[in-house]
Amino acid sequence: MSAPKIRNFASLRNIGSLSNVSSLKRSTRFLPVVPSVVLLVLFLLAPVVWSFVSSFTDVSLSGKSARNPVWVGLDNYARMIGDPSFPASVWLTVVFVAASAVVGQNILGLGLALLMSRAGRAISAVAGIAVVSAWILPEIVAAFAAYAYFNRDGTLNQLLAAIGLEGTDWLYSFPMTAIILANLWRGTAFSMLVYRAALAAVPRDISEAALMDGAGSWQRLAFITLPVIRSSIATNLMLITLQTLAVFTLIWIMTAGGPANASTTLPVLAYQEAFKFGDIGYGTAVASVIIVIGSVFGIAYVRLLRQERP
Amino acid sequence: MNLRPRLSAIAVAALMVVATAACSPGPGEPQARTLTVMYQKTDSFVALENVLKDAKGEFEAANSGITVELEPIQANDDDYGTKLALAQRSPETAPDVFYEDTFKVRADVEAGYLLKLDEHLQKWEDWKQFSEGAKAAGRADDGGIYAVPLGTDTRAIWYNKTVLQKAGIPVPWQPRTWQEILDTARKIKANDPSVVPFNMYAGKGTGEGTVMQSFYELLYGTGAALYDEKDRKWVVGSQGFTDSLTFLKTLYDEGLAVTPAEALDANVWKKVFGEWLPQGKMGATVEGSYAPSFWQAGGSYEWPGYATEMGVARFPTQNGQEPGGVSMSGGWTLAVGAGTAEPDLAFKFLTTALNKKNALAFDINSSQIAVRADVAADPAYQSANPFIKEVSELVDVTHYRPATADYPRISTAVQVATESVITGKQSPDEAGAVYDQTVREIVGDDKVIQK
Repeated sequence: MSAPKIRNFASLRNIGSLSNVSSLKRSTRFLPVVPSVVLLVLFLLAPVVWSFVSSFTDVSLSGKSARNPVWVGLDNYARMIGDPSFPASVWLTVVFVAASAVVGQNILGLGLALLMSRAGRAISAVAGIAVVSAWILPEIVAAFAAYAYFNRDGTLNQLLAAIGLEGTDWLYSFPMTAIILANLWRGTAFSMLVYRAALAAVPRDISEAALMDGAGSWQRLAFITLPVIRSSIATNLMLITLQTLAVFTLIWIMTAGGPANASTTLPVLAYQEAFKFGDIGYGTAVASVIIVIGSVFGIAYVRLLRQERP
Repeated sequence: MNLRPRLSAIAVAALMVVATAACSPGPGEPQARTLTVMYQKTDSFVALENVLKDAKGEFEAANSGITVELEPIQANDDDYGTKLALAQRSPETAPDVFYEDTFKVRADVEAGYLLKLDEHLQKWEDWKQFSEGAKAAGRADDGGIYAVPLGTDTRAIWYNKTVLQKAGIPVPWQPRTWQEILDTARKIKANDPSVVPFNMYAGKGTGEGTVMQSFYELLYGTGAALYDEKDRKWVVGSQGFTDSLTFLKTLYDEGLAVTPAEALDANVWKKVFGEWLPQGKMGATVEGSYAPSFWQAGGSYEWPGYATEMGVARFPTQNGQEPGGVSMSGGWTLAVGAGTAEPDLAFKFLTTALNKKNALAFDINSSQIAVRADVAADPAYQSANPFIKEVSELVDVTHYRPATADYPRISTAVQVATESVITGKQSPDEAGAVYDQTVREIVGDDKVIQK
């Protein structure tokens, strides 16, 4: 069936006049992207739409409403507002994203990139490998590594014991700090790579001119480098915010949201509700809130990007 | 003219469409008759897989032309349940026969996932071998039977004889009241403060372990219950609930159990089985009758000395009241999917997997308590491990979870109450009040009963 089709097109090419070809060009311009659009709609958009629609029903994993879910309108969202664990989760998510991504990964990544641009080739290569190795690990492996590090009998406490200090049970006493540090460790490489690329594109002549005018290194950073790489900063912030907002495996392996929900961010809450309690309707409602928060950040950063370009 | 690449892209797209069409089977082709079987498999749990492989061989030999497709799911209990439920949601992925936790049966029947087996069971010769309790394990609210158990389990106190003897406690040890547990634990602690005297799980970390192997032994020993089976209502405000929390608080506050931080680690049970009990660092714990499966040759924490080092005792009631002991039971079943195209064949496979030979192999290899009379009477079963007789007797004092669709949330509410108490966040009274409030929110005021 395919063979004749190809032959048809081949003959078209031979006999077609120029105008014929250009009209064919116009009408078939989007044809090559159709498969990818279909795949995107099928595998990305459809689940999001399904999840959003489900959040208005009482669909569940088992029980009466598993196969015959009922439309419940805004019930799930109303329940969310009345549920004390929901605002707590929102707050923990904001803390997690702000501390580990917006402040942590972003500033540490920029700092590392700046230092590496000044350091010798060997040092910057070694430092680069050390930082990036955390990032190339699959998330599940990184999560177990972090668990092994912060665990009661873990590496951190052994190191502390070696210098005569007594550690504590970090995952129990400081669960948020532990997962923030773990995410910082895992994600900094990404920001570092983005900023290294951005810094390489800063024209040397501008900073040299500033140097001639007597600008110190902090002044050059604040008035030359940062303004030049502003759009990279905004792009980086957007990407790491969205990535961190969705972090699940790391937290689930390290603390499973505990103790006593002290590290239950929104993705963990959504998972618990949908799969542990089988309440898919409520779980998808929480997931929809994550999407809304993500889009708010996304829109804010996109606007930031737009304003920069005169 | 950049036409050539574009045309080849179109050609590729066209080819893809053709290829996709070629993949789906045409009408009229004779369809191979297959049965899909979904079950759980982990590194330390292959007993079921072995049994099902044997059953597949037997079944295919006896029914030519039929293929049994085994679909193992590598996951822990919670995730297995989730993945099974997700597969059951769609008729395309729903298995014909599957491994089903007894406490999910009622909810899954309500969801319409399970096939009613009453008619098939009547014609099955072996059905009379199953004990009445075992038959009830697969019964739903409508009285019909939807699942057939592979085995069951009970919970008991497992204690290290050497640790107890060092503290001057005579073995065999059998506490008759809660107070006697505390007295013994305090003696062990006084003798050697580095030992964990008497562990009971608490908190959300150990999940169902917290309720099945700790809290319910306490609660059902006070005369209270979680659920009123007669009125079909959840019990709130009972004195037994608060008393049980108080007992846990005492254990944790006095350092008689593990530290709260250890208790909240989901992996604490691995240390109990793998380190503390074998190394004599723990006096006793409450655990399932399947405990020997971890220590037997081939188990996750092989310990040849367990048969002589360990002892087993029944968990006492609060003040020694009748019936003098408490246990909890669960267990797993095989069930047939409601949407199966081959109900007769599926049931036939189920009976093959559950015949005497296969049930015996499963019960021995995973340290389950037999539910078939002929398996229980088999010498190989009775000598499978040194504790089988004692833990089997606990069936007389055992309880089952009220496995309604609301149960997972209620169970979590109980776990939260224990966690709040052992971490000192709330007093037993406060935690009990929070639990009552949560239950009311989950099931509604008309489904609770004040006791």
